[in-house]
Amino acid sequence: MDFNQEVLLVLAEVCQDDIVKENPDIDLFEEGILDSFGTVELLIAFENHFNITVPITEFDRDEWSTPNQIIKQLNELR
Amino acid sequence: MTPYSSFLFFIILGILLAPTIILGLNGKSFRLYNMLVSVLVLALIFSNSLHGLIMLCLFTLWQTILIKSYIAYRREANSGIIFCLAAAASILPLALSKLLPFFAVDNWATFLGISYLTFKGVQLIIETRDGLIKKQLPISRLLYFILFFPTISSGPIDRYRRFEKDDQTVWTKEQYEDLLYKGINKIFLGFLYKFILGYCINTYVIMTMQYWTSSSFSHGLAYMYAYSLYLFFDFAGYTAFAVGISYIMGVKSPENFNKPFISRNIKDFWNRWHMSLSFWFRDYVFMRFVLWMTKKKWITNRMAVSNIGYLLLFLLMGVWHGLALQYIVYGLYHALLMVGFNFFEKWNKKYKWWPNNKWTTAVSVVVTFHFVCFGFFIFSGELIH
Repeated sequence: MDFNQEVLLVLAEVCQDDIVKENPDIDLFEEGILDSFGTVELLIAFENHFNITVPITEFDRDEWSTPNQIIKQLNELR
Repeated sequence: MTPYSSFLFFIILGILLAPTIILGLNGKSFRLYNMLVSVLVLALIFSNSLHGLIMLCLFTLWQTILIKSYIAYRREANSGIIFCLAAAASILPLALSKLLPFFAVDNWATFLGISYLTFKGVQLIIETRDGLIKKQLPISRLLYFILFFPTISSGPIDRYRRFEKDDQTVWTKEQYEDLLYKGINKIFLGFLYKFILGYCINTYVIMTMQYWTSSSFSHGLAYMYAYSLYLFFDFAGYTAFAVGISYIMGVKSPENFNKPFISRNIKDFWNRWHMSLSFWFRDYVFMRFVLWMTKKKWITNRMAVSNIGYLLLFLLMGVWHGLALQYIVYGLYHALLMVGFNFFEKWNKKYKWWPNNKWTTAVSVVVTFHFVCFGFFIFSGELIH
């Protein structure tokens, strides 16, 4: 499985919602799928799965709000 | 002179910022000139309080030494204890200013803006700990960030790395025209909010209330609505001035309000009300607490972690407003609302009792508005005293 697919799987698991796989441009915060608590869980999941540490204040909601944006950001940090 | 409180202040600003605008409209750098303006306006703001000015200087010196030494230390080592000490030292002046009046001692530690400036110092320590700030900060930029006059008295609370980006940019003519237009627009919105709407609500409704309310209940109710609206227009007006002047100086200070009275629930409200403050507490207190608890596995129940996090956040926010009963109760009240909503949201996800359509949204907005107004009623002190 490629990296992008894996990110979507982790995201779907943390959000407990498969809509993130179906609509990768959905705004996770606007739609109430992800909140600050979920964000922390997501950051821990990224650390465990991919060994990428994203500091909390690096997670700017303007640049990390959709599944596609998250994939793009993680690819840059890899 | 209190910032943005009189037309004289705006006239002086207009004169001082004329060269900034001319430089900006010609696509030239106005950074150095703006720093000079900052010094002049700070002198003006503190002209009636020599004591305040001295405390501001001491505070800035303290934070600068602390931040510079912590960055130097962090390049070599990374001990948790040193980090906690540095963060505590950064909060120390604010803690003193809050505690001194409590012990009925002369409050020598305080000055205009200390509550807001502390957020800037602490965030630099935390971001250095996180490894987001690696290099020593140029002293001129650090001072400019801390002492940036448009936001000095009551925010909005900016973030260093965001501020740095704007500070390094020399805006083109077209970009600056846009900034200037938006800035002037915001300032006039501020006039409407603070000097017209806020002033009218205070003068014609709140001040006359005792003559037209018949019972203490109707007085309380009328006061609750009027005070809530007054608080919004007064503070949103101030914020519009602060952000507007920042834009004219080429710095896009963050916004504080996004139509808070149409919030669908209490969580939504805290994403719309005094945003730069609530986001600060979200990023530097709540999320860090959750991360810490989850990693250390001290509390494994997810609901418990987030609820304790809310309690911590809102109690801190309450205490930050002041060590008075009404602020602590206000913090507690919002913590309980967040915890209650947390349970409701989880329960509703399972049972789908409250669907999401335009009718339920309208009801949610009205209900949230009333909970929020009651919170401001507590905050005003009218309920407790």
